[in-house]
Amino acid sequence: MLNYFIRRVLYALPILIGVNLLTFMLFFVVNTPDNMARIHLGAKYVTPEAIEKWKVEHGYDRPLLYNAGATGMSKLTDTLFVDKSLALFAFDFGAADDGRDIAREIRHRMWPSLAIALPNFLLGLVAYLSFALVMVFFRASYLDLAGVVLCVALMSVSGLFYIIGGQYLVGKLWHLVPVSGFAPGAEMLKFLLLPVLVGVIGGLGDSSRFYRTLFLEEIHKDYVRTARAKGLSERVVLFRHVLGNAMIPILTGAVVVIPRLFLGSLIVESFFGIPGLGSYTIEAIQAQDFAIVRSMVFLGSVLYIVGLLLTDLSYTLVDPRVRLE
Amino acid sequence: MSASGGGVAWSRRIAGMARSCRGIVRGGTVAWEPAPTCDPRACRRSLPTHGDCPELPLHCLAMRRLWFLFASLLTLAACEEPVNSPYPPGEAGRAVLFSAFSERPKHLDPARSYSETEAVFTQQIYEPPLQYHYLKRPYTLEPLTTVGMPVVTYRDASGNALPELAPAEDIVYTEYEIRLRPGIRYQPHPAFARDAAGQPRYVPLAEQDLAQVERLEDFRETGSRELVAADYVYQIKRLANPRLNSPIFGLMSEYIVGLEDLGKRLQEAVAGLPQSTYLDLDRFPLEGAEVIDTYRYLIRVRGKNLQFLYWLAMPFFAPVPAEAERFYSQPGMAERNLTLDWQPVGTGAFYLAINDPNRRMVLRRNPNYHPDFYPDAGEAGDAEAGLLADAGKPLPFLDEAIYMLERESVPYWTKFLQGYYDMSGISSDTFDQAVRIAPDGQPDLSDDMRARGIGLATAIDTSLWYVGFNMRDPVIGGDTERARLLRQAVSIALNYEQFVSIFLNGRGIPAQGPIPSGIFGYRDGEAGINPVVYRWQADGQGGGRAVRRSIDEAAALLAQAGYPNGRDATTGEPLTLYFDTMASGPDARSRLDWYRKQIEALGVQLIIRDTDYNRFQDKMRKGNAQIFEWGWNADYPDPENFLFLLYGPNQKVERNGENAANYVNAEFDQLVLRMKNMENGPERQEVIDRMVDLVRHDAPWVFAYSPKSFTLRHGWVTPGKPNLMARNLLKYRRLDPAARVAYQARWNRPVLWPLALGALVVFGALLPAVLAYRKRQCAAATPSGDSAC
Repeated sequence: MLNYFIRRVLYALPILIGVNLLTFMLFFVVNTPDNMARIHLGAKYVTPEAIEKWKVEHGYDRPLLYNAGATGMSKLTDTLFVDKSLALFAFDFGAADDGRDIAREIRHRMWPSLAIALPNFLLGLVAYLSFALVMVFFRASYLDLAGVVLCVALMSVSGLFYIIGGQYLVGKLWHLVPVSGFAPGAEMLKFLLLPVLVGVIGGLGDSSRFYRTLFLEEIHKDYVRTARAKGLSERVVLFRHVLGNAMIPILTGAVVVIPRLFLGSLIVESFFGIPGLGSYTIEAIQAQDFAIVRSMVFLGSVLYIVGLLLTDLSYTLVDPRVRLE
Repeated sequence: MSASGGGVAWSRRIAGMARSCRGIVRGGTVAWEPAPTCDPRACRRSLPTHGDCPELPLHCLAMRRLWFLFASLLTLAACEEPVNSPYPPGEAGRAVLFSAFSERPKHLDPARSYSETEAVFTQQIYEPPLQYHYLKRPYTLEPLTTVGMPVVTYRDASGNALPELAPAEDIVYTEYEIRLRPGIRYQPHPAFARDAAGQPRYVPLAEQDLAQVERLEDFRETGSRELVAADYVYQIKRLANPRLNSPIFGLMSEYIVGLEDLGKRLQEAVAGLPQSTYLDLDRFPLEGAEVIDTYRYLIRVRGKNLQFLYWLAMPFFAPVPAEAERFYSQPGMAERNLTLDWQPVGTGAFYLAINDPNRRMVLRRNPNYHPDFYPDAGEAGDAEAGLLADAGKPLPFLDEAIYMLERESVPYWTKFLQGYYDMSGISSDTFDQAVRIAPDGQPDLSDDMRARGIGLATAIDTSLWYVGFNMRDPVIGGDTERARLLRQAVSIALNYEQFVSIFLNGRGIPAQGPIPSGIFGYRDGEAGINPVVYRWQADGQGGGRAVRRSIDEAAALLAQAGYPNGRDATTGEPLTLYFDTMASGPDARSRLDWYRKQIEALGVQLIIRDTDYNRFQDKMRKGNAQIFEWGWNADYPDPENFLFLLYGPNQKVERNGENAANYVNAEFDQLVLRMKNMENGPERQEVIDRMVDLVRHDAPWVFAYSPKSFTLRHGWVTPGKPNLMARNLLKYRRLDPAARVAYQARWNRPVLWPLALGALVVFGALLPAVLAYRKRQCAAATPSGDSAC
């Protein structure tokens, strides 16, 4: 298994380099360091000298990918890309364009993101699996049909509608929770109720339908018939046997997102005023802060790779036949 | 205690809680009269435990707990802390202003900060020598930290003093001698903390000391000291510090003697040094800024420059103590975001107590704030409007101002209506809800807003939007009669009365020239109309209004220009114009369509070239745009700040200046230089009138509109006077926290029936499922299929 992990980590390196290169090129296709300087220096009284100074101060005075003025390997290494990328692999994210330390910001902002994403994920998983199993239990009945119709209806509505609708009904009309905001400690709870509720309801349609399909695949297999023949109750058949055997595809979708829960949600955090990493990324894109954007993309890639590794590991836990070699 | 006795006790407690939290509403206003037994803590008392009532069976106790929870929810409706309050308990009852910011500030260093979002904070903390009078109009400068206004001395090349009325061309230097008020002290700050030996407590900072520090509050000891003239001079030198990249360094280098040279010397000094190394600016003399004594300093600028005084009311010229910069430059500080750029140190009415731009920023009253009083004079009508009711009272009125990060307008507006923000602007989405237009065309509050006791204040911004013509363009630019007539025709065709009505909900006034309302040189009434675009329609009672010339007149000008019916009279080719804009996306689409249709009314095709901000800026710098839209917000209330936007030597293409239209007119340029150094008065007005006439005739811009700002405030906020030049207005704000608490409770009673309904729906959905499950389980349990249950 150790060899397997070492091999996967080595595979990850070219992936990360590729992602980093792609981000770099996409960013600088639409942006030049001069433009970034102008955005940060403001609209008034910006002189060419000030722009040059800003570029030097932030390290954007070097060639992007190829330094024609250098010699030997320095033609490739003495560039903005290498300069900005190498530090990333040491998880040294540096400072944002406004001077704030990015690693510190990430450490602070990951917790509010997690506070929303983790209950959303766990409660959602329980709700979606339960709802899917209930539909399977009543398969081919009116209850099943009603469940599917409900799922399709929920899927058809934009996620933004749930947010605005939730804020309008629960926050504005019924005055049960704050419309938006965040607070540390115990006070956090009242700010989390609505975004978690909205998140769970918003994901109910597609996730439950997906899980229902998985369970319907399993429900007609021989081991299920055997379990019933043994006299097991339908609850035990569904929750122990069917659910257990459908775990591989469920884990494929679920475990991979666990490490990325830290990264938060772009829209939910923005609308609910959650100071997490999702809103951090949105702000950075709007401010064209490349230092933050590349750090967040890099972190997202790393966590995604970690998620895939965890998924592979989880296969061995739910299916003894799986071996990582 | 018996079982029944315990139950009665709990019932009484609940009933007591319900009684204790009541606001009494009388005749549309709320008189908050807390009952003598009102105890907000009662609402948060803990649930009974088995230990409290050992006689009760556990299931009975559980039922009682449920009842208690339900009853607690009901009583919350009457509590003074609504459950949907986004603030900790008790905060609404203090003298705290609740507001919001949508964009996190980038810089709070007075040498770097130059945006409205940052000024909200910096201008409450930092005190430049001068400020704008809160009430007087036209906008008037007054001392803030100084004794009187700066003493101005003009000097010739030899340094000899010249008389006040000396010709501007004889004046080589202007000296401003500024005398500070003694006794002004800085906010408490660890940079000023001293140990028993009188040495700085935290400089140098030991590694182990820093290990305990995460935030500025972690430094337990603070100190303060008196403001001295050297602090102001130090800050002026900071403008030249290459590490700070001050946005006004380029401009100030043209004004302040020796500043450019200082920048070069500092550049050499920092070359090769790590970014965090402390740079002692006291070692670098600056000819243009010198300390005379403890309380006096001198600023020396080139030539005669009357506008320079306005810069002395901006935080760029606020004092910065060298200790603070030294304190923050220590190793490990920047990594903790402890920099002067994030943790300001000032003498203002407030200091930044909590700096969490991800969630909230808190300004707290500076305990060391110097004596400052509400003005006792204003302009005519201020007394009648109640604006002098606080005359002579010490400032500030507030203890704190809490600014929450609120990126989206929908939750912001909802919270304002719930009473959780004290003031709000009006977005286009909420305009109809907040404002109705009266039959006379004037905006008024909607009935709903009136019922809530909300007040409205409007003011015409000291800013101008314009559509510029690139004067270097071969078709629409240049000094030819043909191009000029074409520009004039377009000026008439773009109907900004319609634009303001459609896209701004009436929140703006069409502009008549390059100077917006509220700035010296602006003329109202018939004398102020742009005769190229408008004619005056008298009402027969001595008044009248400006009426836009008809599209037929515009078409006639177009024909005169050689484009009858929008076609080139020589070639017969249709005329096509190009409109460059950075507005794009669905929201801007209708506005851009409007431009296209307006020009099409002349028979001319307008092609929209929308692009992002960066590319638009590129086009402007290279002179590749033909027609474009842009705006300018006044830095200071002087016509020079707008007329210099058309000054030839400020061309965007050749000089990277602010003259985006690249307009050049020799007479206009001469008049700019003359007007610049004149005192406000009839003679200056005459010069300005001539300049305005020139640009109306040449039409390098379509004078579009000046926006009108609408601000809503709740009834518990004392009405203030809009002041579009000053940003340090927080100290004049006053509010009634008790009324706010009462209104918040009244407007935010929780509605609980949806919870009960939701529980019923869930129960109703689960019951048939459970019954069907049981039936199926039982049916499957016997070979005959009969129920075994």
